[in-house]
Amino acid sequence: MSENKTSLWQRYLSANPVTMSFLAIFLGFVVGAAVIIFSSSDVLHAWTQIFNSPGAIFHAIKVTLDNVGAAYRAMFTGSVFDPTILWHALTTGQDWTAALTPISETLTYAAPLVIISIGVAISFETGLFNIGANGQAILGGIAGTAFGSMIHLPMILHLPLTLACGVAAGAFYGFIPGMLKALTGAHEVIVTLMLNYVVAYFLLYSLLSTPLQLPGQANDLSRVILPSAQLPTFFATATTLRVNWGILIAIGVVAFGWWFLNRSTLGFDFRITGANPNAARASGINPKKIIMYVFLISGGLAGLAGVVQVDGTTHSLDGGFLIGSAGIGFTAITVSLLGRNKPINVFWGAILFSALGVGGRIMQAETGIPLDLATIIQSAVVLFVATPVMVQEIFRLRAGTLHTVELNTKGWSS
Amino acid sequence: MHFMRLELKGITKRFGSFTANDAIDLIVEPGEIHCLLGENGAGKSTLMNVLFGLYSADAGEILINGEPVRFATSGDAVRKGIGMVHQHFMLVPVFTVAENVVLGFEPTKSFNRVDYAAASEKIRKFSKEFGLEVDPDAIIEELPVGIQQRVEILKALSQEAELLILDEPTAVLTPQEIESLIKIMKDLAASGKSILFISHKLKEVKAVADKITVIRLGKVVGTGLPTDSEEELASKMVGRSVNLQVEKSPHNPGTPMLEVKNLVVRDERGVAVVNNISFSVCQGEILAVAGVQGNGQSELVEAIAGMRPVESGTITINGTRVDNASPRECLDAGLAHIPEDRQRDGLVLKLSVADNLVLNTPRAPQFAGRGTRKLSKVRENAEKLVKDFDIRTESVDAPVGSLSGGNQQKVIVARELSRNVDVLIAAQPTRGLDVGSIEYVHKQFIRERDSNKAVLLVSSELDEVFSLADRIAVMFQGGITGVVSPDSTREAVGLLMAGITEHTNV
Repeated sequence: MSENKTSLWQRYLSANPVTMSFLAIFLGFVVGAAVIIFSSSDVLHAWTQIFNSPGAIFHAIKVTLDNVGAAYRAMFTGSVFDPTILWHALTTGQDWTAALTPISETLTYAAPLVIISIGVAISFETGLFNIGANGQAILGGIAGTAFGSMIHLPMILHLPLTLACGVAAGAFYGFIPGMLKALTGAHEVIVTLMLNYVVAYFLLYSLLSTPLQLPGQANDLSRVILPSAQLPTFFATATTLRVNWGILIAIGVVAFGWWFLNRSTLGFDFRITGANPNAARASGINPKKIIMYVFLISGGLAGLAGVVQVDGTTHSLDGGFLIGSAGIGFTAITVSLLGRNKPINVFWGAILFSALGVGGRIMQAETGIPLDLATIIQSAVVLFVATPVMVQEIFRLRAGTLHTVELNTKGWSS
Repeated sequence: MHFMRLELKGITKRFGSFTANDAIDLIVEPGEIHCLLGENGAGKSTLMNVLFGLYSADAGEILINGEPVRFATSGDAVRKGIGMVHQHFMLVPVFTVAENVVLGFEPTKSFNRVDYAAASEKIRKFSKEFGLEVDPDAIIEELPVGIQQRVEILKALSQEAELLILDEPTAVLTPQEIESLIKIMKDLAASGKSILFISHKLKEVKAVADKITVIRLGKVVGTGLPTDSEEELASKMVGRSVNLQVEKSPHNPGTPMLEVKNLVVRDERGVAVVNNISFSVCQGEILAVAGVQGNGQSELVEAIAGMRPVESGTITINGTRVDNASPRECLDAGLAHIPEDRQRDGLVLKLSVADNLVLNTPRAPQFAGRGTRKLSKVRENAEKLVKDFDIRTESVDAPVGSLSGGNQQKVIVARELSRNVDVLIAAQPTRGLDVGSIEYVHKQFIRERDSNKAVLLVSSELDEVFSLADRIAVMFQGGITGVVSPDSTREAVGLLMAGITEHTNV
C-alpha cells in the first residue's frame, strides 16, 4: 500500500493515534491558557491599555505570557520536578530529596487511578459500562482498612491479605450488578450508579460506629492500618516522599491488563463479546458468564485501587474518602477514554491526570489560579480525544491510520 | 425534464494507490435497463457512488442529455433526476410508508405542519401510475423486505427520478419478490425511465437487461447482451473460464452423523416454526434443505447449532444428544456451522482476519496454553488458511470488516472447514457472493462430502440445491413436504415448496 512510501516524518504528521493524543493534550493546555487569560484581571487590564498607547501592546503580550507561564511553570514544578530546589540543595548542602517531592506526589496519586482505570477499561472493552468503580473502590478501602487495622499478623501475611480483602470486597460489589444484569437483564449503568450511593452511606455509617471507628473518636474517622499491613514507601528516611509500593502494584496491573486484553483467552472472549455479542454466542461463549466475569475483574481492580489508596497514603479512612464526584472511579472513566482502553495508554493517561491534579494544587498556592483549571484542562483533553476529526482539521493533518474513539457501551442485553 | 440519456466518460476514482475505477465509459439510453455486471470488489458500487455524488471522480465526466454535470452531493444528483435504491435500505423503520417517501421533501400545510393527507395521496398516485402496490399508512418495519424495497423505489420516483440506480437489489429478496421486482423494472423502463441495475447474478441479469456492461478490477472489460450464455458472461466477469456445473462422484452414504427426530421449535412469538421434523444426514452426503425463505429453515439451523431452544424432539451429532445444548457443546460434539447472517453471527468485524479464523477455537491446544493465546500460532494458522482458501486481504492483521463480502464468507468457510469435524451445516452459504467465490465454496463442500463428512446445506437458491445435493428435503411451513433426489424436476420441487405433496417420490 501507499503506507510504505511515506517518510517517517510524514507518518508523524499524519493523523495517527499517538500524534492525535499529543495534539489533544496540547490543545487542552491551549484551552487552559485561554481560561487563564480571560479570568486574570491583570491580563485583561493590560489589554485594555493598548487603546491608550500603541506601545502598550508589547506590555500586554508580556503580561499574558507571564501569567500563563507562571501558572504552567507552577504546575510543572509542582508535579514533576523543581530544578530550583535541587540547585538550592546542592549549593547549600541541604537535603536534596525535596526536589523529588513533586514526582513522588504525582506517582502516589497515580497508583490507585491507574489500577481503577485498567478495571474500567476492561469493562468498556467488553461493552459494559461500569459506572460503579467508585463504589467498588470505597468498599475495597473499607474492607482493607478493617482487616489492616484490626487483625494482627506478620507483615508477610498481613499486607497481601489486606490487599486481597480489598480485591475481594470490590469484586463482590461488582458481582452484584454483574449478576443482576446476567440473570434479570437489569441495566448495569443504573444498578452500579445506585450502588455507589449505598456504599458511600455505608462508609459514613461505619465511620461513626464500632468496630471501624477510631476508638475514643467522635468524628468520622476510622482506625489506623497497622504498620504490618501498610504499603511500604521507597524512602523510609525522607518522610516528604510518600511514593510507595502502590505504584509497583499499578505497573503490575498494567502488565496484567495488557496480557489480559491482548494475550489471554478469557480476554479474547471479552473482546469478542464486546464487539459482537451475537457472534460470541454462536462461537460458544456464554454471554451471561462473561458479564459476571467482567464485573468480578473490573470490581476486583476497583477494590484494589481503593485499598491501595488508603493503605499507601492516609492509612485510615475519613468521611471524604472517594465520596462525591471527585472520586477516582469517575476520573477513571475519562482516563479510559483518553487511553482508548489500551492499558499502556491508560497508564500514561492516569499519570497525566494525576500530574495535573497535583500540579494544580501547587499552582493554586503559588499563583492564586484556582485548582479547577486542572479539571478544565483534563476535560478539554478528553473532548479533543473524543473529536479526532476536529483536531485533524485544526492542524490540517492528512488522514492517516485514524481510528475514532469507539466505545462498545451500547448496553447489550443478555 | 423527461427521458434521460446518461453518459459516463472516462470516470476514474482512486483511493490512495488503489484505482477502484479506471477510465470507465458507459451510456444508458432512455427507457433502457442497463446492467452493470461484476464481481464483488470490481468497482461497481464505487462507480455508482461517483454517479450519485457521494464520491467525486479524480478524472472523467458525467453527461446528462449531452450536457456535462457535476455532483458535489447526492442532493445535486437527485435534482438532476437520478434516484438510488441502496442495497441496505435508508428507511426509518418506525415511520409509515408515506412519511418515509416524503421525508426531506414534506408537503406542508399552514404553520409548516406536515400534510399527511397530501403525502398519502401522492403515494397512491405513484402506486397507481407505476403499478407499485403499497399501503401508504403501513409502518415500514412491519412490511416484508420486498415491499420495503418498493417504498425505496417509490421514494426515488416521487423525487422525479428519470434514472434509477438499483444497487444489488435482489440480494435480500425471495425468488417471488425477485420476480415481482423484475416486472416492476420492466414496467418502469416501458414508461421511459432508465434503469442502471447492479448485480453479479447472471440469471437475473439475463432476465431483465437490455444491455450488459461487464467490469472487472475497475475496468470495463466488455459488453454483452441478454442472449449471451451464462458461461460467456461469467468468464468475462471473472476473467477466466468458469465451470458452473459442479463435478461430483456418485452418492455413497455411510452411517448417519446428524439425526433429527420429531423436532419442534418455536419462534419468539410462540409459533411452532419447525413442526415435527425428522431426517438424518449420513457420512459422505449432502442433504440440501430447500424452500422459500421463512418456512422454518433458519430456526431449524439455529436449533441444531444450539442457538435456539428445542421444544420437543431430539438432535444427535455423532451419537451425542445436543437438543437444548449450548452452542459450545454443539461445537464440541463435532459441528461446524456456517451461519446464515455472517456479519451478525459469524464474524467480529473489528477483529483481525487471524482472530476471526480462530473465533470458536481460541482454546484449542495449538492456539493457547495456560490461559494465554499463542499469537504466533494463530498467525501461522491464518497465513496458511488465507493461502489455502484464497482469501483476498491486505494482511492477516487487517480487520475482517475491511474485506469484501465474498472474502468475509471465505473466512468463515475456512475457519469451519479447518476445524475438521464430522458434521457441517451451512445456511445460505453463497448469499451475496460472486460467481468466482460461489464456484470455490461449492468445490469445498464437495470436497468435504468426498472426505466422508455429513453436510447439511440450507439454501433458497434452487441452482445451488440441485448442483450440490445428494438428497433434497423441501420445507414448507415448518414441515418437510418431501425428500427427493436431485434428478427430480424443478417443477416437482417447486410444487413441494408451495406445500403441494401429491406425487412425492423419495
